[in-house]
Amino acid sequence: MKFDTVIGLEVHAELKTDTKIFCNCSTEFGAPANTHTCPVCLGHPGVLPVLNQRAVEYAMKASLALNCEIAGETKFDRKNYFYPDSPKAYQISQFDKPIGENGSLEIEVDGYKKNIGITRIHMEEDAGKLTHDEYDDHSLVDFNRVGTPLIEIVSEPDIETPEEAYAYLEKLKAVLQYTEVSDCKMEEGSLRCDANISLKPAGQEEFGTKTELKNLNSFTNVHKGLAYEEKRQEQELLSGGEILQETRRWDDAKKETTLMRVKEGSDDYRYFPEPDLVTLYVNEDWKSSIKATIPELPDARRERYMEEFDLPAYDAGVLTQSKNMADFFQETIDEGADAKQAANWLMGDVNGYLNSHDMELADTELTPSSLAKLVTLIDKGTISSKIAKTVFTDLMEQGGDPEQIVQDKGLVQISDEGELKQIVDKILENNPQSIEDYKNGKDKAIGFLVGQVMKETKGKANPQMVNKLIMEGMGMDA
Amino acid sequence: MERISKDQVRHVAHLARLSVTEEEVDTFTEQLDDIIEFAEQLNELDTDDVEPTTHVLDIHNVLRKDEKRPSLDREEALKNAPDQEDGQVKVPSVLE
Repeated sequence: MKFDTVIGLEVHAELKTDTKIFCNCSTEFGAPANTHTCPVCLGHPGVLPVLNQRAVEYAMKASLALNCEIAGETKFDRKNYFYPDSPKAYQISQFDKPIGENGSLEIEVDGYKKNIGITRIHMEEDAGKLTHDEYDDHSLVDFNRVGTPLIEIVSEPDIETPEEAYAYLEKLKAVLQYTEVSDCKMEEGSLRCDANISLKPAGQEEFGTKTELKNLNSFTNVHKGLAYEEKRQEQELLSGGEILQETRRWDDAKKETTLMRVKEGSDDYRYFPEPDLVTLYVNEDWKSSIKATIPELPDARRERYMEEFDLPAYDAGVLTQSKNMADFFQETIDEGADAKQAANWLMGDVNGYLNSHDMELADTELTPSSLAKLVTLIDKGTISSKIAKTVFTDLMEQGGDPEQIVQDKGLVQISDEGELKQIVDKILENNPQSIEDYKNGKDKAIGFLVGQVMKETKGKANPQMVNKLIMEGMGMDA
Repeated sequence: MERISKDQVRHVAHLARLSVTEEEVDTFTEQLDDIIEFAEQLNELDTDDVEPTTHVLDIHNVLRKDEKRPSLDREEALKNAPDQEDGQVKVPSVLE
């Protein structure tokens, strides 16, 4: 029997405001525990929350960028539950009148494009941070994060494969970063994702029972967790078993999902309108003024890069996936670098370095100006592309001016014909066998000779010139 | 007519993390039933043309600027915590 997979994602993104959603405490990440709290976010009796205008505007901006309709009238509700990360024993959220609804996001997977519906985007406050001591029977609570503004973005169950889920998250993150409403740093918890997945017999309308996946702390883990769960549910169903409505946790060490809890009945949060906050009306003027702040989004930028810089679709896609990379590329070109070369460096060496060191562009010492200079030095023939790689490592790790580095380290390419000829002649004199080999049709011999010249010059010889001189030296036409 | 069942009372008590004896369940069921009955008088009104009221005050769009103000000192913030460790509130384990 064949099954169809149905996936829906719930993404929480922290909004990049300076202060919390209902009070003036700082939202700064990494502050000492419990130093960013006040009576409002600690839920003391008699306090009054007041809504942060920027939080609303960021939520609107994200909603508009994700093609949502903005509610003309919106309000907040209390979601009641007991958990130590919530000092009030309720979370202020939005229940029946979210700020944004009926949006969509276009994704591209393996060459096909698809629209994923966005059911709703609502505003709410974040909870505190709990740390658990495995060996001692207690947990510790830091309330700094309590009240940080969040948007929850709920997708329609339009996602059919783990790959689509991955592409959706990448795209969503790009849009949120381009609009500058969220940092989207999963490692700092400013972007979090829960996934719902169910299987149904191929073609059947009615959905099967879904499980909810938690602890998906990277996009890769979302993909892995969903792929595992898809397989697990399929095997369970094929062997006559039943899927229970349960919450499962991705265990990255064991590469499997494990049961957290079985859901009995639906959650009973007893939502009711938040009496401490008043209704919020969004008129057309406000909406259009927010709309006007939405910058060029990833798809548009990708199209532009393809057209303006004549880049292949794939390259333009890689370069525009994150705003940082896209901006870096643009600035490198503005600094005078050739677009193709800049693209190759960023997609190749730079991305390779970032991946292997698990770093972000901003964590390195490389600047658009230094990369542009490096590219130009290669273009002009001042350094060989091989030497450029060592200069590149310096630029990533120590930074600086490539021209200065090349000069200080004496890395300038030897393009002086007289100087090179002397070296070439010496190499030819010492390797008569190779010349013989070449003349007998062994083309590889030339590579050996070039290699010898490079060794002699510590990689600084101009390769084209060396080739030409070797051919001439052997009495062949270059 | 029973407006609220004993099971509902137990359920609501559980959601509020209240432990109630069987006798209390009986008492509360009766009392809550009376309260709901009292509130049911509202059903006598015709509210077809009345907008749902989420707030009694005639004000809306109360917003503040995104400007930082000093927070409480840690000692002050944790004053009411029954137990603490390393500047954090110490609670019974909630590891799932």
